[in-house]
Amino acid sequence: MTEVAIVAFAQSPVGVRDDSTTGGVEMLVPIFREVYEQTGLTRRDIGFWCSGSSDYLAGRAFSFVQAVDAIGAIPPIMESHVEMDGAWALYEAWVKILTGEADTALVYGFGKSSGAELGRVLALQLDPYLVAPLWPDATSVAALQARLGIEAGRWTEKDMAQVVARSLAAAARNPRAQVSEADARLEDLLARPYVADPLRAHDCAPVGDGAAVVILASAERARDLCERPAWISWIGHRIESGSLGARDLTTLAPLGPASATPVDVAELHAPFSHQEILLRQALGADESALIGAGTEINPSGGALTANPMFAAGLARIGYAAQAVIDGRAGRALGHATNGPVLQQNLVCVMEAR
Amino acid sequence: MRASMEITFDYTRSLGPVLGPFLTALRDQRILGARDSSGRVHAPPFEFDPVTASPPAGLFEVGPAGTVMSWTWVAQPLDGQPLDRPFAWALIRLDGADTSMLHAVDAGPAGHAAMRTGMRVLPHWAEHRVGSIRDIACFEPEGAAGADEAATADEAAAGDAAEPVTMTITPVRLRYQHTASPSESAYLRGLAEGRLIGQRCPACEQVYIPSRGTCPADGVPIDTVVELPDAGTVTTFSVVNVGYPGQHVKPPYVAAAILLDGADIAFHHLVLGCDPAEVHLGMRVKAVWKPREEWATTADTISHFAPTGEPDAPYETYARHL
Repeated sequence: MTEVAIVAFAQSPVGVRDDSTTGGVEMLVPIFREVYEQTGLTRRDIGFWCSGSSDYLAGRAFSFVQAVDAIGAIPPIMESHVEMDGAWALYEAWVKILTGEADTALVYGFGKSSGAELGRVLALQLDPYLVAPLWPDATSVAALQARLGIEAGRWTEKDMAQVVARSLAAAARNPRAQVSEADARLEDLLARPYVADPLRAHDCAPVGDGAAVVILASAERARDLCERPAWISWIGHRIESGSLGARDLTTLAPLGPASATPVDVAELHAPFSHQEILLRQALGADESALIGAGTEINPSGGALTANPMFAAGLARIGYAAQAVIDGRAGRALGHATNGPVLQQNLVCVMEAR
Repeated sequence: MRASMEITFDYTRSLGPVLGPFLTALRDQRILGARDSSGRVHAPPFEFDPVTASPPAGLFEVGPAGTVMSWTWVAQPLDGQPLDRPFAWALIRLDGADTSMLHAVDAGPAGHAAMRTGMRVLPHWAEHRVGSIRDIACFEPEGAAGADEAATADEAAAGDAAEPVTMTITPVRLRYQHTASPSESAYLRGLAEGRLIGQRCPACEQVYIPSRGTCPADGVPIDTVVELPDAGTVTTFSVVNVGYPGQHVKPPYVAAAILLDGADIAFHHLVLGCDPAEVHLGMRVKAVWKPREEWATTADTISHFAPTGEPDAPYETYARHL
């Protein structure tokens, strides 16, 4: 079986964008152009296309079909879609290349989060029998998790504020972030009001529209397309119980390979500040863990500074890959999640070779 | 251009052998749980054991009192949530259970300040119960006025032994601000002026209507605007004989794909003004616009297309579009 590497990544600017639609085309065309320029590929060279987006977010059926306009589908293309974050589309594309059915794949995710009444739309991803009929909003559900962790001594509000301050400062160096603050002070952050006790507005990802794209290539192609490809050494996907009250919300099932050494850069998809701490604990639990003391966390600013839904997880993998491609990291991991309390987790470990 | 859009529909779901009895019991003011293979009691009950995947051996009553394990405060409730005044969401572990259930807590006059982990709560039952998680209107602090009596009232009504609950209906209403792309907006604004705005792809020179901003064949942005005439050729059609809610025209009528003169893609509209049996491929048609004072940025500014009476278009002119 071949090896697979990420050879290019681009993300759109993120914000409430009046120039973009739920079909995503306006956000996708410019970033497709970026990854074509990075690799020298044209659309006709791409063997497989795969995307992640949501009809519920768009408010219409088959909204992903419009996005195909951004590809240009003549002559006919091999294409697929997941109703999840684009990170899961990347997983499908990785399998497609491993099986030898394609040697290059372009993966994209897009979401116009600002068009929907998010609090209600996101309730519909919960148990449809006993939970969704109560219409709990995602921020409230995450807040229940945050309090459980605080009261169990797993983290404090100050720990959460530190995550926020570090993320906002990192975002000040990332022109594609939606919010940033070069030197946010902990005492100022902690003085701000709660939006969902114990979560403050800055503990929650901002609502923004955006898209991300990654190109994958087989071993035979990768080195022609990229000087220093980010080789995927491990990829895994875990699903936690869908029952909110039956699971310990302050822990996660093991997320990485059984044995590993710490990576240089970890991009964690944590839409709420306490979830970054929970992920660091889950991925750094013991000596054979992926996150260690020397691991740089979310140099992009993370989801707390830009969280275009259905693209932000793919973007985490993209930013981690970019750290390898640029030579800033020898090994890096990208993590993606779905659900308000980390119900789905995908981890992709990459390395230079 | 932006416009608000609302989508409403009901989800009707069958309940099966665990959730059916659970919701039937809620209607009758009882809360059921189930014991898993490790001895943990789940309330609400699991449908399949988390370890063995077996269905529960049996359901038994838990609660109704319980303990708040975690909570958050909602200052501004959203449409559809259990209370329309500030309230708490909580994970509540019912007495006798080892898992928690999500529900709302009405904290009473002290509001936010009354909430704490470990707080004891009781269900406040809805007056009209149908077999839904909403049959519990909310939980209330133990000892709150009305909580205890509410929990025990209405026993007689519950004993009516109505039919078991086997289905649940969840009404869904979602609101969006729908954004039209710049090129879609240009097309819609054109309609309001009685014009049909398309675009020509710089790569393949195909003319698209409505204008769509990006060529679906080449994936390149399009910025060349082309105004098209309001006459064209029927490339395919269907006679609609079936009625449906919201239908504007009385069946039978014709929905057709119409290739406007100069366009490379057909667009869909109605063909009226003749017997449906007379509509055929190659038939020449022309737009019938609504009265000028009704022109707007909506597709129905063109009421329909009607036959012109011209000779049919030669087959070669539309053969590529069938």
